[in-house]
Amino acid sequence: MAIEVRIPTILRTYTDGEKAVEGSGDTLAELFADLETRHAGIQARIVDEGKLRRFVNVYLNDEDVRFLNSIDTKLSDGDTVTILPAVAGGSAGHALIGR
Amino acid sequence: MWAVPYHTSVRDGPLLILTVMLTITQALYDQIVAHARRDHPDEACGVVAGPAGSDRPERFVPMLNAAMSPTFYEFDSGDLLKLYRELDDRDEEPVIIYHSHTATEAHPSRTDISYAGEPGAHYVLVSTADTDGLGEFQFRSFRIVEGEVTEEEVKVVEAY
Repeated sequence: MAIEVRIPTILRTYTDGEKAVEGSGDTLAELFADLETRHAGIQARIVDEGKLRRFVNVYLNDEDVRFLNSIDTKLSDGDTVTILPAVAGGSAGHALIGR
Repeated sequence: MWAVPYHTSVRDGPLLILTVMLTITQALYDQIVAHARRDHPDEACGVVAGPAGSDRPERFVPMLNAAMSPTFYEFDSGDLLKLYRELDDRDEEPVIIYHSHTATEAHPSRTDISYAGEPGAHYVLVSTADTDGLGEFQFRSFRIVEGEVTEEEVKVVEAY
């Protein structure tokens, strides 16, 4: 079962610079475990303690998987999974430092 | 990947100074500031896209702050996917990722640093704290690579 996985710039160190790689798995968790066998280190950048990292957005085709079954989302042959770094931040950290 | 350190490196012997700078047109600078002013007291955010590998900001893309908060910003996840597909189709990258701080200085917070996921981008921060008399207006630019923050000079030009 082939799933296309689109890799963001920041994770391309794990894929020899490739923008997209192939993987397989019945769920996202399995897919990331499969990627890890060929791209050592990538899984820990996406998954932490069995959950998707807060700083990473993962999409199945056009849908944010947080609105599906998150890391347990089922995959089908021909699906495309896109990984993107969340673009977020803000001054809240300053408030924490100051108090 | 950005393997080159962006900070000024001081060693024994000759000084090695890596010049880092954001060069931006007055028009784009004004658009970023206008967006920050318009959304105050909430934080404003967006990108300026440019041809991949050019390091030249060209196309102003204001984004909605899905958090609509004075202390946090986040691109809506659907908007983020659309944006990156569009950049990919146009062979562009986010040369600048900007946001505003509305009551504090224009320096990356711990939150900003922990989220920063584009080591090739110039992170522009605008402070609109002057609006409420809480500080001075600022427009500053930083590199954020693997948690390390380096401020860089901002050079405003009429045209590239």
